Amino acid sequence: MDWVTTLGQLINTTLVFSTALIFGALGGIFSERSGVTNLGIEGFMMFGAFAAAVGTYYAEDAGMGAASPWIGLIAALVMGIITSLIHAVASITFKADQTISGIVINFLAAGSTLYLVKLLFDGAGESPLLKEVFNKVSIPGLSQIPIIGEGLFHNYPTTYIVIILVFVTFYVIYRTPFGLRLRAVGEHPSAADTAGINVNRMRYIGVMISGALAALGGATVTLTTTSTFAHNTISGQGYIAIAAMIFGKWNPLGAFGAAAFFGLSQALRTYVTLFPWAHDIPQEFIYILPYLLTIIVLVAAVGRSAAPAALGQPYDPGKR
Amino acid sequence: MNKIFKIFSGSATVSIIAIILGLIVGAIVMLVGGYNPLLAYQSLFTQVFGNTYDFGETLREITPLVLTGLAFAFAARTGLFNIGGEGQFIVGMTAATVVGIKVTGLPAIIHAPLAIIAGGLCGGLWAAIVGYLKAKRGVNEVITSIMLNWIALYLANYIVRHFLLMQGKQRSEDILPTASITIQSLSDLMNSARIHWGMLLAVLVAVFFYYFMWKTKQGYELRAVGSNPNAAQYAGMNVGRNIVKAMFISGVFAGLAGAVQILGVFHNQTVMSGSPGTGFDGIAVGLIGMNNPFGILLGAILFGTLTYGSAGMSFGAGVPPELIRIVIGSIIFFIAAQGIVRWFIKPFYSKRKKEKVL
Repeated sequence: MDWVTTLGQLINTTLVFSTALIFGALGGIFSERSGVTNLGIEGFMMFGAFAAAVGTYYAEDAGMGAASPWIGLIAALVMGIITSLIHAVASITFKADQTISGIVINFLAAGSTLYLVKLLFDGAGESPLLKEVFNKVSIPGLSQIPIIGEGLFHNYPTTYIVIILVFVTFYVIYRTPFGLRLRAVGEHPSAADTAGINVNRMRYIGVMISGALAALGGATVTLTTTSTFAHNTISGQGYIAIAAMIFGKWNPLGAFGAAAFFGLSQALRTYVTLFPWAHDIPQEFIYILPYLLTIIVLVAAVGRSAAPAALGQPYDPGKR
Repeated sequence: MNKIFKIFSGSATVSIIAIILGLIVGAIVMLVGGYNPLLAYQSLFTQVFGNTYDFGETLREITPLVLTGLAFAFAARTGLFNIGGEGQFIVGMTAATVVGIKVTGLPAIIHAPLAIIAGGLCGGLWAAIVGYLKAKRGVNEVITSIMLNWIALYLANYIVRHFLLMQGKQRSEDILPTASITIQSLSDLMNSARIHWGMLLAVLVAVFFYYFMWKTKQGYELRAVGSNPNAAQYAGMNVGRNIVKAMFISGVFAGLAGAVQILGVFHNQTVMSGSPGTGFDGIAVGLIGMNNPFGILLGAILFGTLTYGSAGMSFGAGVPPELIRIVIGSIIFFIAAQGIVRWFIKPFYSKRKKEKVL
């Protein structure tokens, strides 16, 4: 076995697995930086995965060919924005408990997506298998570089998009007036209000971007991995994305690192079986490893998490 | 008794209206999908109360939800978000299975309680890890709970596959008859619906919850830490120890839920491809019950009835059973966003006030 190829493939698989998680974690950052807890990431991903499956299916039907998955992606984006309004209205306008509201999203997503699948596809338990999904695209020239060529530059379009988005998010949050305002309403909403920032509007925007990004994350699972939407298409990735966000200390680059770490350990599952010495290790231990490592890293290095100061508190101008 | 009533009488109106609104949302969704909501709700009702077997099975559905709901609420009262009920449930299941199979030669009167205690204790210790890491290292409890949920799942599968496996099957051997907590006489009476002592246990745990939280000094400390940790610390309470204690007891409840499912219902443990979900549903039950033990009993009855009855909806009215998740989600939504419910009932209240003035 040629280790150069293997290493390249390992990086590649890592990115495939982490794409959805990075989307979800970035989504979480936009919402939580504005002070709104978002436990609904799992639900938004589910909505997105569903919308992508349905959107792509009907686009295929309409004869749009290779453009179909892009239609699916847009459908997921729209779906994410619309469904995020439920969370926003409940937790911002009506000052509901944000944690509960997020869990509601997960419930509604699990129920309504499967309900709609059965309704749209004559009682089937999953959406029809898509013919047009994303294929890996090699970037000319760069993909010839050993290891990282195979690893980084021979990937799904969604993976390129999310990596660009990591840096865009970083720039937006730390280097633009919008980002400053978003962080301000998450840290000290009354001070932000005094400075003339519309707290609730910023939070609405934060939650809507959050829903959109998480839904895109869900869409990538449908459009690159499963090619169909079923009850188990999204099973826990949203929670892992939240963990990655906390792990990365609500910083896009940190969240990217954490998500990639989870992706790597998932990829290692498949690769470790290639080595003879690994056959003696029960597969469950290999599955446990990433979760155990996360706890160890949190305990040893990260310690106290630095959540936005006003996270989880509805803004009440009358309160001191 | 008066006090018990007082604790949730203020919110009872809101809860009832939230349930009605949730059912209405479900009806609208069914109408949009071209189903008959009245027929569907009627079938749901018949499924649950139509015969003794289904009624018994509905009780079976409700029981673990009471316990995982109490688990969530107990931690919530101390200001902790225990999203790890799922993992603690699995650990409780596994511990009960191990004791139920591997400990031999005991009479039923010792073996069954021992298996239950093992389940509760292991669930508690599993949760205490989360509490300890939060108290000592300030690690966010949500993230450790999520990680431990996955670890519990794979660890349970490892134990079942390597130590308890039944030849040629993807499940453990059956637990010994001495460890079973099935109430055979009632079970026979209800056409072999799976009735077990765990149902009584769940009610007792709810009473314990109430007594411990509101009638003891330790419970007072837990609530004090929950409402304001700084004030509690200033008053001389050990915040860290209370966090560990709250997580431990919360985990015991979830572990018991897992144990009674094994000892009373399944009598063996399968190799799970995914999480069973009972721990997560407990979060919803806790929210519906507003973290009050008696509210949770009612919440679990509601949740369990709707879930079990949803099968009837699909036989009777062709409605996909997933619809019930939309109903439950909407109910929680309306309970959480009480502002919306108040907005709905405001016209009635203001009318009444005007009449008084006149």
